[in-house]
Amino acid sequence: MKVILFHLMSYADLDFEATKEYETVWLNLPNRFFDPVKCNALYNRYLDELESAEPLGFDGVAVNEHHQTAYGLMPSPIVMASALARRTKRVKIAILGSALPLREHPLTVAEEHAMIDVLSGGRLISGFVRGIGAEYHTFGLNPTISHDRFHEAHDLIVQAWTKPGPFAFTGHYYNHEYVNLWPRPFQQPHPPIWVPSQGSKETIDWAAHPDRRYTYLQTFSPAKVVGKYLKSYRDTAEGFGYEAQDSQLGWAVPVYVADTDEKARQEAKKPFELFRNRLLKMPFEMLLPPGYSSRTSLKGMMAAKASLTQEMTLEMAIDMGMIICGSPETVKDSIVDYWNELRFDNLLTMMHFGNLSQELTKNSMALFASKVLPHVQSLQSEAVAQA
Amino acid sequence: MFEDTYITVKGCKIRFRRNGQGPSVIYLHGANGVPKVQPFLHELSKNFDVLVPEHPGFGESDEPEWLENMHDLAYFYLDVMDELNLDHVHLIGSSLGGWLALELAIRQPQRFKSLALIGSAGIRIPEAQPGDIFLWTPEKAAHNTFMDSALIEWAIANPLDLDTTLKNRHTTALLAWNPRLHSPMLGKWLSRIQMPVQLVWGENDQIMPLPYAHAFKKLIPHASLSVYPNCGHLPHVEKSEAFVQLVSQFIKKAEQA
Repeated sequence: MKVILFHLMSYADLDFEATKEYETVWLNLPNRFFDPVKCNALYNRYLDELESAEPLGFDGVAVNEHHQTAYGLMPSPIVMASALARRTKRVKIAILGSALPLREHPLTVAEEHAMIDVLSGGRLISGFVRGIGAEYHTFGLNPTISHDRFHEAHDLIVQAWTKPGPFAFTGHYYNHEYVNLWPRPFQQPHPPIWVPSQGSKETIDWAAHPDRRYTYLQTFSPAKVVGKYLKSYRDTAEGFGYEAQDSQLGWAVPVYVADTDEKARQEAKKPFELFRNRLLKMPFEMLLPPGYSSRTSLKGMMAAKASLTQEMTLEMAIDMGMIICGSPETVKDSIVDYWNELRFDNLLTMMHFGNLSQELTKNSMALFASKVLPHVQSLQSEAVAQA
Repeated sequence: MFEDTYITVKGCKIRFRRNGQGPSVIYLHGANGVPKVQPFLHELSKNFDVLVPEHPGFGESDEPEWLENMHDLAYFYLDVMDELNLDHVHLIGSSLGGWLALELAIRQPQRFKSLALIGSAGIRIPEAQPGDIFLWTPEKAAHNTFMDSALIEWAIANPLDLDTTLKNRHTTALLAWNPRLHSPMLGKWLSRIQMPVQLVWGENDQIMPLPYAHAFKKLIPHASLSVYPNCGHLPHVEKSEAFVQLVSQFIKKAEQA
């Protein structure tokens, strides 16, 4: 299995006490609560953590994109991926992902990703997302055209990467007389494309299609939900007449390791609950603007609204498989169990969450790297092992 | 009694209600649609031939593939008028429907004898930001729509069925998410609106705040403005009697001109 260190780069220094009156840290939390001096220290610390993934033996590092929020400080994951491209030599660099519909010119995504791929000598994993519902408020982009723009932007980017230029691209949203990418990507025909998602039938149908076979990545969800959507991907692939490989499936999950289970739970509790109950929290109307999801999915989510918005303790989250937390032995066994049950070849460990301190993050990563990582990396399905 | 019927134009079936004799008046509804014929429409139908359509994408009307923006909706309604042999009509438009009335009137001004615009959307001014209807919970939306506490309570206690609510919200977003509740191309053509225009506003409108009424009055050549104190975004609902009296007189006068 491939193990990638995934960082959300939360604004861990937010004054959580002073901001507790606000309903959410997304969209309209006043930016007077942002301190650039503190962020300078955080950015450098977080990049150090990501860079340390290489000597620690991880297979890759990953960053993502969110806008106008204390949840994550990467409105442009491109900037962080660029910094990582120069400071690492071996690991894959995953952008999970770029929010395609938010771009007025998706050709800029094709260009920027190609630049990082060339700069890193072909180490880019290119992730495509729509951006979450809140970002349609942030950017003013019409959520009812989100799916259409995503598909069209994807077509434009992949053509720009693969089709000899110059050529003209005529779409409904994007029109270019001259598509002629300089630089073209390093990897041929193009960098691997991953599709991170909270799970939707539309996304799985699209990603699993035989023309694409993109790696589907289930983001922060209970293990039961992860299992449901990974199975759905396999079933969809089967419906298309092929067998999905484990390499087409991935799971992004917070992981925390300490010497003992008790210590791990004690140290992870506050930062995790802050992450889950404060940083992820937002009103329903902000999360799900009209048209962002199909009305059938929306009705399903409205019915589950109570459980979606319910506060969660670390203990509940461990039981539900929303975080893997404990001694090295416990964490290793949990991952092996989940792997046996779910079969996926890409594990994205979120080893920093909420306001977890630098020291605890570092200790947890070191323990994970020495006592869990080698074993987890050796996991592979029999079919692959025999090949 | 209003006749409840359907008409298919450009492959799109829409529901419309019609009742009364006299000059034809089309009521163009706002973001919440017009699932029921409201009391002010019943009153108006005593003096006028009142038509109450549900726009494509709202209520029981179809959601056509071609519907992408307010321009599409305007051309569609011109075709509907052709289909119904309505050469000359009066328009009453509320909020999003006011914007639609303006889009219709700049395209074929000769077909519209008058416009009554209630808390109308359509333009943007720097002095006032429209309410962010897409971020409001249903409770907050009720509080920001009405001043009358009985109406607020009624609106909270009597939501539309979920499917219709989601459908209406979807189409409202489709038409008005960005640019929010306006078209940057509309203001420059309002000089084409040479027919009489009655602007009707609630003084406490939280969706299209009162400065929009004054902005429209400046931009539209022959507009007069009536403002109702202690009234929200829907004066035709909240101040129904006064509204019916005002608009009936306005239409009769325009008819005589």
